[in-house]
Amino acid sequence: MSKLSLIIKREYLTRVRKKSFIIGTLLAPVGLLVYMLVIVGLSSYQGGDEIKVAVLDEAKIVGNLPDEKGVRFLPSGNKTLDQLKTEVTEKKIDGVLRVPPVSNFQQKDHTIYYYSDDKLAPEKSGLIEKRIAGKIKEFKMDSLKLDAGQLKLLESDVSIDPEGINSNQDDDQSKYTAGVGLAVGGIMTFLLFFMVLMYGQMVMRSVMEEKTNRIVEVMMSSVRPFDLMMGKIIGAGLVGLTQVVAWVILSGAVSFLVPLVTGMGSVEPPMTPGNATMDPEMMQDTGMRIMTELSKQNWPLLIGSFIIYFLGGYFIYSSMFAAVGSAMGDDLGEGQSLTLPATLPLILAFYIVSMAGWRNPDSGLMVFSSIFPLFSPIAMPFRLAFNPPWWQVAISLILVVASAVFFVWLAGRIYRVGILMYGKKVTLKEMWKWTFYKG
Amino acid sequence: MILSVQDVVKTYGNYTAVNHVSLDVPKGCVFGMLGPNGAGKTSLIRMITTITAPDSGVIYLDGQKLHARSPEQIGYMPEERGLYKKMKVGEQLLYLAQLKGLSQHQAMNEIEAWLTKFEIKDWWNKKVEDLSKGMQQKIQFIATVLHKPKLLILDEPFTGLDPINTNLIKEEIALLNESGISIIFSTHRMEQVEEMCDHIVLINKGRNVLYGEVKAIKNQYKQNLFRIETHEALPTELPERFPVVKTEKNALTFKLENESDSNELLRTFLQKDIKISRFEEILPTFNEIFIQRVAETEEQ
Repeated sequence: MSKLSLIIKREYLTRVRKKSFIIGTLLAPVGLLVYMLVIVGLSSYQGGDEIKVAVLDEAKIVGNLPDEKGVRFLPSGNKTLDQLKTEVTEKKIDGVLRVPPVSNFQQKDHTIYYYSDDKLAPEKSGLIEKRIAGKIKEFKMDSLKLDAGQLKLLESDVSIDPEGINSNQDDDQSKYTAGVGLAVGGIMTFLLFFMVLMYGQMVMRSVMEEKTNRIVEVMMSSVRPFDLMMGKIIGAGLVGLTQVVAWVILSGAVSFLVPLVTGMGSVEPPMTPGNATMDPEMMQDTGMRIMTELSKQNWPLLIGSFIIYFLGGYFIYSSMFAAVGSAMGDDLGEGQSLTLPATLPLILAFYIVSMAGWRNPDSGLMVFSSIFPLFSPIAMPFRLAFNPPWWQVAISLILVVASAVFFVWLAGRIYRVGILMYGKKVTLKEMWKWTFYKG
Repeated sequence: MILSVQDVVKTYGNYTAVNHVSLDVPKGCVFGMLGPNGAGKTSLIRMITTITAPDSGVIYLDGQKLHARSPEQIGYMPEERGLYKKMKVGEQLLYLAQLKGLSQHQAMNEIEAWLTKFEIKDWWNKKVEDLSKGMQQKIQFIATVLHKPKLLILDEPFTGLDPINTNLIKEEIALLNESGISIIFSTHRMEQVEEMCDHIVLINKGRNVLYGEVKAIKNQYKQNLFRIETHEALPTELPERFPVVKTEKNALTFKLENESDSNELLRTFLQKDIKISRFEEILPTFNEIFIQRVAETEEQ
């Protein structure tokens, strides 16, 4: 076994065997499972017990309302408001709904009254409002002698369907193209940012640990400093990949298990005002279209470039972190001024994508960011879901690979000097000088 | 020669750490590398161990220019030493031995032999952080010699060791030396040099200021001082050619012009029928030579 592979093996195994790694890797999908179960639980939660509401129909438009989820409507009979209020106090019913007469047809806003000492849950009050509004609408239509069918014809939905002009572009775009692109790009960007930052810093801590442990000189007398640094970078990178693969598999297992556990066909998203009104057919249609959009994405290209950008970004940043770690003493706080130049571009890139990328993935700033090699590992994967011009992707790829090679080389120059330097507060200027040392 | 350093220079920026140093280490000897802190010893050792490369000059190990596999023939215990705290003793030794080019099988055999020798076989599964400092030093020593190096370089090997462990390691060093391993022993503690080394080099400010065999150097620096200790009162009248440089209660120290005058001196005492309990030549300690040489070179 070569020395480099021995180092990689040790770096990998000591990390993967750590309790914190095992717990983190297992717990994330368990957390996801809990989250999904909570959502399923919440969406099937009816907002408390059923309440009985007497309807005092002064407007004479309500008639008999069918019972709803959690609300039972009772006719008031000939009882007065006061009599009904007494029934509420006696806990025979939960509340009284008074619908005053509709006097003015021009009026848009109507007020109805609910008498009770218990608070009406928002979900229930929304439901009641919707039912009464429907009744008022029917009453207005009747009074104005409007035909319901004709009225329906007046309603129009408009959506923009983007169509490409260049023949090489996919002209079968829909209003979901952008949304799905954003989601795919966003997830890739977030994953890249998170992994590069987390595992890059892991390399830094590990370099610092060897330096403060004083084992580094022993190691140096057996292996070249560059091998030791690369062994660390590659080892930690493999740990990162292991974690992601484990998460993907475990998440897959979890999303397969949840329906079994809850006995539901699929996990429904929580009820929101937006989709509460959507009829099931339309929802199914949306789902289908999103699936179509997803399948239209060029997955081999996306996954392939994700891997290249991950490797590029990871090598660029983790070698920077390794160099910084080698220059630092035992004290993490003291090295803040050194870690900043390594973390800042990464955070800036993520910030640009999350602020500018969402609005327009093809803006000048985004084009620059997706080519500039310190930003491109974060920014380009985001743009990839939007079919950027191929030459931009090509330049970006060439630059990111070249920069990765350059940064690894540069970090190696700094590392070999810094790692053996003790008791000295190091500045960036000094680190730069180190790169010119011979041998 | 096991090691030959020829006109080696190493600079860091504007600072010259090693300035045209040349020296030879004969095969099978214990070679002392002396010098005050910051003299350039560690910089020189780092070049010998291929941790860094010289700016100019050449280093030969066993007749061959240093190359990528040279480290496998060297065992180096740096002054700044350490182990992976979270790793188990056995795993750690195996890892370090494999990095020195041993196969897993060879490494396992060697580790077992050494752990048995030090009667610490049950430490295999102990984490390094659970061991005492002295115990860790033992492991460190084993890690340094596991791969049977031709040249062993020990930088201040006894710092932090208690007298018992110091003796244990001293004995091991002597045994390894007997088995043919050459040893470079870097220290600033002179009494250890006198006790253990055959040859020395004294380095100050990056330069080789004194180099040679221990006995020869001592002879070179001796001042013909002879001390006579008596059982009775000291004689009052002595010939003028025996100048006294130091008078103690029952002893006198003379500085003679020639070494051969010592017999004459003794005869004078015997003729006076003074009962002598001790007669010796006082050789300079390395401490004195060291201080003298450092002062001389700094004047230059």
